[in-house]
Amino acid sequence: MKHEAIAAPGPEQAKAGFWKDSLRDYGLLFSLLVIMGFFYFLTDGISLAPLNVTNLILQNSYVVIMALGMLLIIVGGNIDLSVGSIVGFVGAIAATLMVGFHFPGLDIDVKVPWQAVILIALVLGGAIGAAQGYFVAFSKIPSFIVTLGGMLIFRGLTGNMLLGQFVGPFPKSFQNISAGFIPDFDDFELFKPLVGGSNFHWGSMIVGIIGAAVLIYTGVRRWSRSRAGAMETEPFALFIGKNAIFALLILFFSYQLASYKGLPEVLIIMGVLILIYAFVTTRMTIGRRIYALGGNRLAAQLSGIRTDRLTFFTFVNMGVLAGLAGLIVAARLNSATPSAGQSFELDVIAACFIGGASASGGVGKVMGVVIGAFVMGVMNNGMSIYGLGIYWQMVVKGVVLLSAVYIDVYQKSKG
Amino acid sequence: MNAILEMRGISKSFPGVKALRDVNLVVKAGEIHAICGENGAGKSTLMKVLSGVYPYGSYEGDIIYQGAERRFARIADSEHLGIIIIHQELALVPLLSIAENIFLGNEPARMGVIDWNEAFSRTRDLLAKVGLKESPNALITNLGVGKQQLVEIAKALAKKVQLLILDEPTASLNESDSDALLNLLLEFKGQGITSILISHKLNELAKVADSITVLRDGTTVETIDTHAEKISEGRIIKSMVGREMSDRYPPREPKIGDILFEVKDWRVEHPLHAGREVIKNVSLHVNRGEVLGIAGLMGSGRTELAMSVFGRAYGRNVTGKVFMDGREVDVSTIQRAVASGIAYVTEDRKSLGLILNEDIKNNVTLANLPGIAWRGVIDDQKETAVATQYRGMLKIRSSSILQKTLNLSGGNQQKVVLSKWLFAHPQVLILDEPTRGIDVGAKYEIYTIINELASTGKAVIVISSEMPELLGICDRIYVMNEGKFVDEMPASEASQEKIMASIMKQYGAVQ
Repeated sequence: MKHEAIAAPGPEQAKAGFWKDSLRDYGLLFSLLVIMGFFYFLTDGISLAPLNVTNLILQNSYVVIMALGMLLIIVGGNIDLSVGSIVGFVGAIAATLMVGFHFPGLDIDVKVPWQAVILIALVLGGAIGAAQGYFVAFSKIPSFIVTLGGMLIFRGLTGNMLLGQFVGPFPKSFQNISAGFIPDFDDFELFKPLVGGSNFHWGSMIVGIIGAAVLIYTGVRRWSRSRAGAMETEPFALFIGKNAIFALLILFFSYQLASYKGLPEVLIIMGVLILIYAFVTTRMTIGRRIYALGGNRLAAQLSGIRTDRLTFFTFVNMGVLAGLAGLIVAARLNSATPSAGQSFELDVIAACFIGGASASGGVGKVMGVVIGAFVMGVMNNGMSIYGLGIYWQMVVKGVVLLSAVYIDVYQKSKG
Repeated sequence: MNAILEMRGISKSFPGVKALRDVNLVVKAGEIHAICGENGAGKSTLMKVLSGVYPYGSYEGDIIYQGAERRFARIADSEHLGIIIIHQELALVPLLSIAENIFLGNEPARMGVIDWNEAFSRTRDLLAKVGLKESPNALITNLGVGKQQLVEIAKALAKKVQLLILDEPTASLNESDSDALLNLLLEFKGQGITSILISHKLNELAKVADSITVLRDGTTVETIDTHAEKISEGRIIKSMVGREMSDRYPPREPKIGDILFEVKDWRVEHPLHAGREVIKNVSLHVNRGEVLGIAGLMGSGRTELAMSVFGRAYGRNVTGKVFMDGREVDVSTIQRAVASGIAYVTEDRKSLGLILNEDIKNNVTLANLPGIAWRGVIDDQKETAVATQYRGMLKIRSSSILQKTLNLSGGNQQKVVLSKWLFAHPQVLILDEPTRGIDVGAKYEIYTIINELASTGKAVIVISSEMPELLGICDRIYVMNEGKFVDEMPASEASQEKIMASIMKQYGAVQ
């Protein structure tokens, strides 16, 4: 019997709505800039020096990569606590296969080439995700419980397998996943005279410039197209401001990276994945369906969406990305250790919530989560350089997470 | 006899709707007073006013109880004076024991420490009074609905009830449980407890009621003293439904073709209680161009029938066959039902129909994403075009297709759900209470859409509790009760009295 006769908001209100929505997105970007600036001064500029910017990318790539998968899980209305343990487990398996071990049953030595190991690791990650996804999606056990179990199981298996030892080192080509940089002009005899033996990596800089240009071009195209289609567009100032900040950030980072060793290979992997997931979540039917599932599972179901299968898929996807992260972490450490990946799930989940994902599902954007991951990364990195104790670091991160979500909730309740 | 309760000139409005208009009710001390009326006549609203669910100030009129004017600010105020309401949906905690439930919020305790011995012995006494032999320790979840109802009454007794209000207490009970309950009411009457009984079942009313008040469209029609005059079924039904029809429905010229959609020997069991049949061997057919109505009271199984046909979205052990254009179709999942050309517009648009935090555009295209995508990639421009088209066609009042559905009025939300299913291009559109809670103007627009759809050779099935609506828009009507079709009639021969009579026939109506 309840009636809500809410008048349809006029265009003015719609515009105000845009500002409000945007404020959230850009507020986050702004916070990231503020935090970066804060640590820049705190560390006398070290935090944004070329070496450290490179480190920042290398240290955070796997958090960003896993956050992409976690976003789909959280948007779908679930959570995955097991990703840190999967990173450790997959890393341990990959290391053991690559370094080689004696198989007692058949009395043979097994050693697998690194290319095959990558494939095996991704499939293994997917299989673990599938196993957990099965319990969540089809047996209807809450994801919190299933993945809490997974977190214990795979951490335990990792420990049992490695027995406190480090397994490594790995072939150089494998290490390059995490330690390699894209080839530059001076890697080719033909181009060497062009750069004249300078230490600046022009190739990387050019890639960065192209990236910034493409960003601006697609942004402008989308904006003018939606304006032509008489759809509502964000105010021009806002649009220009956002794109300018992004472009400048890309140029700045490329410049700093180019001044050191160039663009890390893992940055390319990460960038490609970000683009793919941004596309999947905003432009593809499967992305749309995941948002619908998280927004209202029953309504999605009654609209003909196979919600169980979709939930299952988000877990498989998460498993594969966690497997990839496991490889990157192993490659970076050049060994598998029993504690690899420990408490990564916390950084990954925090990145999602700082990035604006809703714990009740249905809400969250790829760009938000990427920025959220960098907020965490910049803080981790900056606090370490500053020499803040590990325990105080935890306190600070907890406060930041809570404040970010509080501001989010507060803004929503006001609207 | 003195009046224990007098409600004078009660009016209550919700935004856009006047639910009660100058309602008067006089209940004499020590009587069993029945209230009847159609769904939406205002019975529950009136009881919520009485019990303080709607606090003083949110309605107009006076409540005089036990000789003084009362202004209840909350339920606790009315309970304190012995007015206890037992709702249709029982308010028991399933995994707590009988004793814990009876004293929930009212525990015999000292300094917050519960005296379980006292609670148990008092529970035993109360259970004896309502004729239950269960242990106070038994969990609610292990009791049948009938016994749960009795526990509710025991709970009311624990609160020293003086005026007991029962909202359709026997709706989900079988005959012997119903009888036991009614006898209990008679027993209470002997002890001086006054009862108000809301019920559709006229035979029950005849058995226990001393007076009957009939409500219709939020007003009191009359109060009948059953001792002064002999009541007849026809008399009450006429009183319940007797309202005039005006041109609230768009003109309709049916062009009825061949049989399009058929359901045969449909049986469905309750999803939780295995073996309890909710749909008992129902067969139906609908022709091209036809608007078919399914009439019945709440809980008669209409929604369950529709949802079980729509990809078994309800129930288990579903058996029966479904035919489209004479060919059997597989409706075992929602995807297959949609692919077969069936669409179901839910009665609960907020929790089952819409993704409320998404905009109109995303909701409209949700059931047919392939229709706006190519190889899984959404064509933004096509999607915008589709959403804009339906927004215009169905006159969805909104700032743009990017408005969140959460912020739309009920009627416009309903049009979004309707758009979603129209865009899925169904052959058969099942509408479950399509106009519930929306204003008259929006209703007319929805009726127009139904007519247009039928005129293109599709079939429309309308489930509605508003009988005038069915009479106004349908070509043919099935009457459903207790999981069965009890009657079928062309709308031209149907009347509200006739439909009500078909329903009541089952309860062994009085003459």
